[in-house]
Amino acid sequence: MIRLEKVTKIYPDGTKAVREVSLEVKRGELCVLLGPSGCGKTTTMKMINRLIPLTSGKIYVDGVDHVSVNENELRRNIGYAIQEVGLFPHMTVAENITTVPALKGWTKADRTKRAVELLKLLRMAPNEFMNKYPKELSGGQRQRIGIARALGANPPILLMDEPFGAIDPVTRIDLQDEFLKIQQELKKTIIFVTHDIYEAVKMADSVVLMKEGQLVQHASPADLLYRPKNRFVEDFVGSDRGLKCLQLIRAREAMWDSPATVTLDASVESARKQMEEEGIDWLAVISHDRRFLGWVVSSDLVKGDTVSEIITVSSIRVTADTVLSEALSQMLTSGLKVLAAVDQHERLEGVLTFEGIQTALRKAVQKEGTE
Amino acid sequence: MFEAYQFASQHLELVAKWAVEHLLISGVAIGSAAVIGIVFGILISGQGKERVADLVLYFAEIMMTVPSLALFGLLMLLLGRMGLSAIGFLPAVMTLIVYGQLPILRNTYIALRQVDPAFIEAGRGMGMSERQVLFKIKLPMALPVIFAGLRNAMVLIIGIATIAALIGAGGFGVPIFRGLRNARMDLIIIGGVSVSVLALLVDGSMALLERFVTSKGLKR
Repeated sequence: MIRLEKVTKIYPDGTKAVREVSLEVKRGELCVLLGPSGCGKTTTMKMINRLIPLTSGKIYVDGVDHVSVNENELRRNIGYAIQEVGLFPHMTVAENITTVPALKGWTKADRTKRAVELLKLLRMAPNEFMNKYPKELSGGQRQRIGIARALGANPPILLMDEPFGAIDPVTRIDLQDEFLKIQQELKKTIIFVTHDIYEAVKMADSVVLMKEGQLVQHASPADLLYRPKNRFVEDFVGSDRGLKCLQLIRAREAMWDSPATVTLDASVESARKQMEEEGIDWLAVISHDRRFLGWVVSSDLVKGDTVSEIITVSSIRVTADTVLSEALSQMLTSGLKVLAAVDQHERLEGVLTFEGIQTALRKAVQKEGTE
Repeated sequence: MFEAYQFASQHLELVAKWAVEHLLISGVAIGSAAVIGIVFGILISGQGKERVADLVLYFAEIMMTVPSLALFGLLMLLLGRMGLSAIGFLPAVMTLIVYGQLPILRNTYIALRQVDPAFIEAGRGMGMSERQVLFKIKLPMALPVIFAGLRNAMVLIIGIATIAALIGAGGFGVPIFRGLRNARMDLIIIGGVSVSVLALLVDGSMALLERFVTSKGLKR
């Protein structure tokens, strides 16, 4: 889909910003350009949509040499989300989102329809936000609109320059998760620039690590963590790669997906029996339609007749798509030894334990080591 | 004060005539100055034109320092040589255009240059041509500052238009100068107060217009 051949950028003052970078990004792949500031990752990205002209080398977009296309035409077919969002302050949310559709000459009705569609996709109420101005939005909302704007005319390719850079860590994690979900559905070909190794490992299908304008390693996130090509990669990845690996594994792979459960009306006696049989000291309490309600723990078994009297109601839950680092941090902050993974209807899908996380991590490390 | 009121109420049609003349001269001057100033402001605001811009702005500043009376005289001579009407409307309007230039030109230039390059790059990155960047991003964002320049120029022009009476262009300068010659306080007051009121009215309506055309997203 996107192919770079020996792409080089040398500025008039002699600065070699990018040197002979060659790489290929397949259709539907999310490729992260990663590296310290000044490594040439943003320059490389901006050369793809010709915001920065190449000094030498070739870039093919969908098999076509991208200098053979009119530059404005090229850019209208490549979604662009920039650092610090860059929403136009004098335009409403709807106008911002449909900037490219307007340039392409869509009718007003089509544009409004598209704006509604995109706001819904990013889980923002169209009625509430359509006519607001950027200054009336929170940082996280602005980033969402920035992404919606890049998706405006439904381009097959997206270029994203630190799109989640300027927000607080909690909102960033939410947005990353949501964006990954959207990407699973839309399957865009994406070039994503970041300097954050955690973000790279979490988002990427493949990571391109750059240093001083050169491509150092182009690999899957796991390969980058476990088979660093040289000392620079090793240092950049850091010594805590076990922790970073937790970003690679989702709860789905580590959870117990047929966990021990009881319903509210079960007797305490039967709950005790079930724990003994399974050899555990907890049970997930669910409703008759499998909605997760809370926990029964062995120390509470002494009092009461039915489960409803001894349940510890818990509002803490994760989803099967939560990455293990986040699940672990939930466990540590809540003090729970087990976490419930639920679907969008609050129905219990599985249970995550410390042991489960450990096993999953060990498996991943072994797999990477022997491959 | 009472005499002024008495004179004005007895010679309403005369006051109205001065008002129309004054408004006409200033109006035509402001309109032309706005077009010229904004177009030149846009032209000199492009990348790599900094030296041309400096030169143009410097020239406009110098023109501002020429006493208005001298400029009126200079234009009378010049227009006369060219066989055009050397007194009245034409030289008056031309002088006022020159005076209105600096605030409009300077504000347009500064406002366009101040637009955050990130917005311009975002526009280009989404496939806007230079022209679209100018009309969809730069100008709407520069509008409040350009408007400030326009208002500045308008008040200036309405004030200086008083002197145009000396070259036979009419307006509220007529009662003022007549009053000065004949020691008639009432005439001076009529001219002076009218010019101030006119300037305030025009500035006020411009403020309303500005509120109307500026995007809500740019207001504080």
